[in-house]
Amino acid sequence: MQNPIHLEISRRNLLISSAASAAVAGAATGQVAAQEARDSMQFMSKVTLTVNGESRSLDVDNRTTLLDALREHLHLTGTKKGCDHGQCGACTVMVDGRRVNSCLSLAVMHEGDQVTTIEGLGKPGALHPMQAAFVKHDGFQCGYCTPGQICSSVAVLEEIRANIPSHVTGDLMTQTAVTPAEIRERMSGNICRCGAYSNIIDAIVEAAGTKT
Amino acid sequence: MRPFTYERASSVEAAAKAAASNSGAKFIAGGTNLLDLMKLEIETPTHLIDVNGLGLDTIDATPEGGLRIGALVRNTDLAAHAIVRRDYGLLSRALVAGASGQLRNKATTAGNLLQRTRCPYFYDTNQPCNKRQPGSGCSAIGGFSRQHAVVGVSDSCIATHPSDMAVAMRTLDAVAETVKADGSRRSIPIADLHRLPGNTPHIETGLESGEFITAVVLPPPIGGKHIYRKVRDRASYAFAIISVGAVLQPDGTGCVAIGGIAHKPWRVAAADAALQNSAREAAGALLVDARPTDANRFKIDLVERTLGAVIAEARG
Repeated sequence: MQNPIHLEISRRNLLISSAASAAVAGAATGQVAAQEARDSMQFMSKVTLTVNGESRSLDVDNRTTLLDALREHLHLTGTKKGCDHGQCGACTVMVDGRRVNSCLSLAVMHEGDQVTTIEGLGKPGALHPMQAAFVKHDGFQCGYCTPGQICSSVAVLEEIRANIPSHVTGDLMTQTAVTPAEIRERMSGNICRCGAYSNIIDAIVEAAGTKT
Repeated sequence: MRPFTYERASSVEAAAKAAASNSGAKFIAGGTNLLDLMKLEIETPTHLIDVNGLGLDTIDATPEGGLRIGALVRNTDLAAHAIVRRDYGLLSRALVAGASGQLRNKATTAGNLLQRTRCPYFYDTNQPCNKRQPGSGCSAIGGFSRQHAVVGVSDSCIATHPSDMAVAMRTLDAVAETVKADGSRRSIPIADLHRLPGNTPHIETGLESGEFITAVVLPPPIGGKHIYRKVRDRASYAFAIISVGAVLQPDGTGCVAIGGIAHKPWRVAAADAALQNSAREAAGALLVDARPTDANRFKIDLVERTLGAVIAEARG
């Protein structure tokens, strides 16, 4: 079990169970304390998921998003919190091979799932081809959106290969092609406020050509 | 976000029963809309029933020649399905016109139908909103209402239904199948699923407490050209200002529903009948009782012009 280390989270946990913990601390009787403890436990769940190939078991407040579980509990801080409302894409990770906004998903809903974060794609010295392409093409400025951009773009190429249509797909009955227009449309859920979009597209186009 | 207890549903019937027996309970599937609203404490369930383990994620042929789409089929999978692309292209087109790739991977068929409005005043908990807090008033009426509804509105609410998929479902005469808390089943045409705001805008569908949508059924394909034309403020990942979902036959007949102009996908029988004549006549039938604000009056012309473009595209 991993425990969150950040003060913010500790404070939040305190608030969550304030009524229960107050009762526990000053329990008039053991019976009341036990009941209150059971009540607070109902707001917690145990979940086991595989992150970057490693099985991880967590006890989480039910409210914990997959994003917060990754960052605050597992300390995989490569995945970023931008808007926390599914609008910016900074929190994009892959769950069972599909890209999702980890901020709009509860950790408890991922029992048994396979999660891949930016840390699982590649490492310094052994970069994923998409990571290398982003470096080569300068596909970022501040870098905050970059982990989400890279996770999303890896999934985009897989979605095109799987012939999932997009808004700009011409004929629904033919194989979708890897084109800058297709990539641009499919990456619209990842915002880059530095405006590195043209370099991001260049990086993805190159990575599309280098992957088999 | 408020604290809540959590359970994984073991069956559709158990889920419906559990939801009906707990007034603070909500179903959660994709969660992309519910969790967003829970973070803002606009939705404050005290108990979540996770229905993701119930199956309901297949698309199957019906004996009538249509398709039964499981409630938990993700938007991505529905848009990519071979038969949907071939026979119900309008549905594929509407789905990929909505949200982002990440959201479509999570969002479900039933959840898409049941998503809440994106009215900015509904989202702003500092503002009155009859939908969020019944009786508090409507900030959109007299406020910034460029995005809002022009037909089917009331003095209580001018919010729109945000779904693209629902517009296609309405054009295609889809039917929702449900299970009620007592275990009984019924079918609800999409036409009847969503309510107009009236003086109870917080009640958005005709679903009963605990009632659970298990599938959406498409009738047999009707051929024709399938066109979804969405007009929005940016080219991708934005809600519709208006949208047109149409199936048009070679002889000019067809059916059409409009998104972004009402509390539900907007379809009028007289407009279908007028499609053969002109976009102007069809748009007139759709908007006969329109009550736009000064800020969204432009939608009246936009519906006619977009409909005209769709008819021209169908003629090739």
